[in-house]
Amino acid sequence: MEQDKRILQITNLRKNFGDREILKGIDFSVDKGDVVCIIGPSGSGKSTLIRCINFLETPTSGDIYFKGENVLAKYNDLSLYRTKVGMVFQQFNLFSNMSVLENCMVGQTRVLRKDKESARQTAMKYLYYVGMADYINAKPHQLSGGQKQRVAIARAMALEPEVLLLDEPTSALDSEMVGEVLSVMRELAEAGLTMIVVTHEMAFAREAASKVIFIDQGVIAEEATPEVIFKNPANPRTREFLSRFNQNN
Amino acid sequence: MTTMPTTFFEWVFFLLQQYGGIFVKGAVVTLLLALVGTFIGCLIGFVVGLIQTIPVGPNTGAGKRVFYKIVRWLLDAYVELFRGTPMIVQAMVVYYGSMSVFDIDMSAMFAGFLVVSINTGAYMAETVRGGINSIDPGQTEAATAIGMNHYKTMRCVILPQALRNIMPQIGNNLIINIKDTSVLNVISVTELYFSSKSAAGVYYKYFEVFFITCVIYFVMTFTVSRILRWIEGRMEGPRDYQLVTYDPMHDPCGHFPLPTIKKEQEK
Repeated sequence: MEQDKRILQITNLRKNFGDREILKGIDFSVDKGDVVCIIGPSGSGKSTLIRCINFLETPTSGDIYFKGENVLAKYNDLSLYRTKVGMVFQQFNLFSNMSVLENCMVGQTRVLRKDKESARQTAMKYLYYVGMADYINAKPHQLSGGQKQRVAIARAMALEPEVLLLDEPTSALDSEMVGEVLSVMRELAEAGLTMIVVTHEMAFAREAASKVIFIDQGVIAEEATPEVIFKNPANPRTREFLSRFNQNN
Repeated sequence: MTTMPTTFFEWVFFLLQQYGGIFVKGAVVTLLLALVGTFIGCLIGFVVGLIQTIPVGPNTGAGKRVFYKIVRWLLDAYVELFRGTPMIVQAMVVYYGSMSVFDIDMSAMFAGFLVVSINTGAYMAETVRGGINSIDPGQTEAATAIGMNHYKTMRCVILPQALRNIMPQIGNNLIINIKDTSVLNVISVTELYFSSKSAAGVYYKYFEVFFITCVIYFVMTFTVSRILRWIEGRMEGPRDYQLVTYDPMHDPCGHFPLPTIKKEQEK
């Protein structure tokens, strides 16, 4: 029972860039339906961690288990694994040579090899969901930041992944547009999608997260429910970070 | 017999009447050499540029890495060699060299196509490499994240964007080729310059003949340049987009009900 629920497990993950040690042994696990928020100061390794999870960065050592199986051992070709672990980037990274609809279809037709019509239907389904269905003919450069990020979420969701990774999805947005993206993320969380979110939106972490991980200097300094982290953190560094954060806001 | 022309324009008219066919044939050969040469050159350039941008990471096997290294060295040598020597010399070396060293008797025309193609290919390889490198790495990351491999990423995401960026350079190459195929006269390819020279020799009217040649070259390059501009404009796509407020596939029940469905399936 425990094992079935566990969708991702990360053990002793390390990552060096040259001589610099960015991640110094990270262990945590994610259950189905969890919304894990990763918070921490800039340069603490949050983005590196989330990028290691779908192997955009190759971990220096350590293992990642997806549904109980070691990813590197099971998936010769990481493509298949990556379709199950979607990713949303801080800078949206929509394909600028494609329209909104094509952006959401290309993964389905080229990677999952679905036929055009069913790919279109799935793409439309998620574009309605994020409220961008009217814009299917637009090119990314014609959209606002919030719209781009919503399309990026639809693009990732169109592959119907089992886990969605979001790397600071609202950090590149004007404060005005942060709300629209957060509300999509909240809906996805309520719908039971498993998510790992690197974020500076403490309000989102407090409301939507089932678990908050505070990373400092390449290690997990504290891992707890949002109630504990935000009301009564055990680690003094967590307290310091959060109080600094509250001052700045 | 007709009386011989006296003024400049009479001569131009006379020469056109006499040698119109030769001019046309020469222009056709020139255009053909330039178009085919540029096209094949672009293909070579794309292949070379693609191979040179295959990522070699820490996960690449040792054998593969050595193989890539050798292939890249060879391609670098090709690019440097053909960019670093004049086309007129390449034409001589290829045409006469193939005959005396390899005993291949290729026609001058074939040698012409060959030289223009591989010469353009060397330049295009660098252009394509630059075009690929100019695309935001985020595009590659996003493609990787949805499960595309190197080939699919290139084919669907990077090359279409790179191609648009290097269109002006392809146009440049085509125009340069229209003019520079004139050097192939040294191996007797009957392109426009060679034909003009033969026509001029008959009446010793070099200025009049080359005035005509000049006009023909300019008309060809100018037309090509405008056509390429038009193609570039087409590639840009429309500046505006239409909102699609009605879609027949839209769920008539209103707000799309996926989340609950998904939740139920999981239970």
